[in-house]
Amino acid sequence: MAAQAQFDGEQTETMTVRESIRQALREELERDDDVYVIGEDVGAFGGVLEVTGDLYEEFGGERVRDTPIAEAGFIGAATGAAATGTRPVAELMFSDFAGVSMEQIMNQMAKMRYMFGGKTDMPVTVRTTEGGGMGAASQHSGTIHTWIGHFPGLKAVAPGTAAAAKGLTKAAIRSDDPVFVFENKMIYEQRGEVPTDPDYTIPIGEASVEQAGEDVTVVATQRLVGESLDVADDLAGDVSVEVIDPRSLYPLDTETIVESVRKTGRLVVADESPVSYGTHAEVVSRVQEEAFFSLDAPIQRVGTPDTHMPFSTPLEQEVLPDGEGVTNAIRKIT
Amino acid sequence: MTDYTLETEDGRREALRRMLTIRQFDTKAGQYFADGEIPGFVHLYIGEEAVATGTCAALEPDDLIASTHRGHGHCIAKGLDPDLMMAELFGKRDGYCNGKGGSMHIADVESGMLGANGIVGAGPPLATGAALSIDYQDRDQVALAFLGDGAVAQGQVHEAINMASTWDLPAIYLIENNHYGEATPVENQHNVSQLSDTAQAYDIPGVTVDGMDVTAVDEAVGEARKRARAGDGPTIIEAETYRYHGHYEGDEQNYRTDEELEQWKQRDAIDAFRDRLLDRGELTDDEFEEMQAAVEETIDDAIEYAQNSEYPAPEEAYDDMFAEPVPEIEQFATRPRADGGPNGGER
Repeated sequence: MAAQAQFDGEQTETMTVRESIRQALREELERDDDVYVIGEDVGAFGGVLEVTGDLYEEFGGERVRDTPIAEAGFIGAATGAAATGTRPVAELMFSDFAGVSMEQIMNQMAKMRYMFGGKTDMPVTVRTTEGGGMGAASQHSGTIHTWIGHFPGLKAVAPGTAAAAKGLTKAAIRSDDPVFVFENKMIYEQRGEVPTDPDYTIPIGEASVEQAGEDVTVVATQRLVGESLDVADDLAGDVSVEVIDPRSLYPLDTETIVESVRKTGRLVVADESPVSYGTHAEVVSRVQEEAFFSLDAPIQRVGTPDTHMPFSTPLEQEVLPDGEGVTNAIRKIT
Repeated sequence: MTDYTLETEDGRREALRRMLTIRQFDTKAGQYFADGEIPGFVHLYIGEEAVATGTCAALEPDDLIASTHRGHGHCIAKGLDPDLMMAELFGKRDGYCNGKGGSMHIADVESGMLGANGIVGAGPPLATGAALSIDYQDRDQVALAFLGDGAVAQGQVHEAINMASTWDLPAIYLIENNHYGEATPVENQHNVSQLSDTAQAYDIPGVTVDGMDVTAVDEAVGEARKRARAGDGPTIIEAETYRYHGHYEGDEQNYRTDEELEQWKQRDAIDAFRDRLLDRGELTDDEFEEMQAAVEETIDDAIEYAQNSEYPAPEEAYDDMFAEPVPEIEQFATRPRADGGPNGGER
């Protein structure tokens, strides 16, 4: 696997995405006293999806701080704190709750540096969960990273592997810019090789070629990275699939994607967000700007078909994009 | 720097000078806005000078303030430089925000002024966050949010105060009740008769003071600061005041009467404080005239500074988005304009 090859010579250990994020938080809390975690039930309870886990026992309530159920308040407080000398890592339990806090995100966090002529840093990280698949219904299953990627002044990363989850979380915390880390809740148990170096970070804006191939490029995010790698394995010998995890949505590593499409001439963009006006369109647009004449077939989008996430399992499975959708898209153009 | 206190004669004279400076700054800002030299919106602080001045007299130089859309008074009381403020209002490169913020977003984080704010009620969460930083790093400071009466109706203000009171953060929420939330009277926006009564919801002190009396404001903020530094948590202070101008310049003000305005002007905070200093022999008429003349000169100089400053170069629009720039923006900053782009290519 390319994903393993990329750690040649580096010491790694196998862990889940959940563990890799917790390890990233632990290492950054240890490294920098100005870093602390705040959010709903992140403390003794360990986080509703158990990401913060035992960090409270290790670091105490000042550094792993429970907030009231007040997303506008604590995202706003994290913004104010980041402008005044500390480096909060806020956990927004479900990305759907961003709506509650959007004022502080869009008008304060995103704009302060620019409005003030660059005279403040905004070292705030917002971790949040996205995605359907666990029957959590429409208000706890959304994939909203397009909003954040679209909004000027914010950076957005969305890991698809355990290594990316760790490296991007650490990079986000070390960044002096506001960075949203979008964690797909269905991959918390997904295992992968993760470098053990406490200074392992992934530059924000750098994609990863997870699987090299010749016939078609699949740009896949989050859960769809793993599913696309499975598709690549299934189709091996028939269609040679290159799988790219952009890892960072904004900024986006256009070069790696374009270079791949120049080679393969075909592109599938697989992302769980709704397909209209979104993340897929951004990738497609950049590819046609840079590599229009390399394309041999129409670009395909795999995503949620503009519905909300329904509750009942057959309904949810109907609208959730998956490996089958990626396979069908590949079949259509190869 | 908030380097004056009402405890000393010099400090009291300085407070008077600041109130005059605020009024003169905003008088000129209003004129140059009307003349078209200042673009956008301006919200003038004239009439409310005692609130910002009394507040900053009670604060220490390192304390942090979050401001509102009506922020010029807070800036001057906090000690910001009128030259750089006026240049910002004019949209010039030498302004506090290099021309990117203007009146509604003027800020000087270095001096503890965390920004005027175009969103009503957005300052209190930021001040709560600043108080969290202070508390977390055990710094000898407090964070104070100015908010208008209208902001008290905003949900995020409740969230901010609830959090600060739950965590006993060193914060102060100072409501400038000028009796109108934009064009709607305060009694049509809130059920409580005194906005400081909202403090009961958080089990913290809530006091209402005469916002036309700089000393009363100073005392209330001084008490709140002591409480905050003692680790006892935030205080809500409501300062009753009045704006002599509209919500924004150009506002028709059909929601209030001339008589009401005149009644408030009878209680003008600057006149009252000047008279008090005269009565106490801490100031003579001549000294006051000199002070007023010096203030006018300061603001004339600020206008001249602003007028003589350069506009930012168009390509500076691409600066300051991120600490670590992104290629998405860099490409437009560096491309030849003839190549076009999302905004056309014409300059």
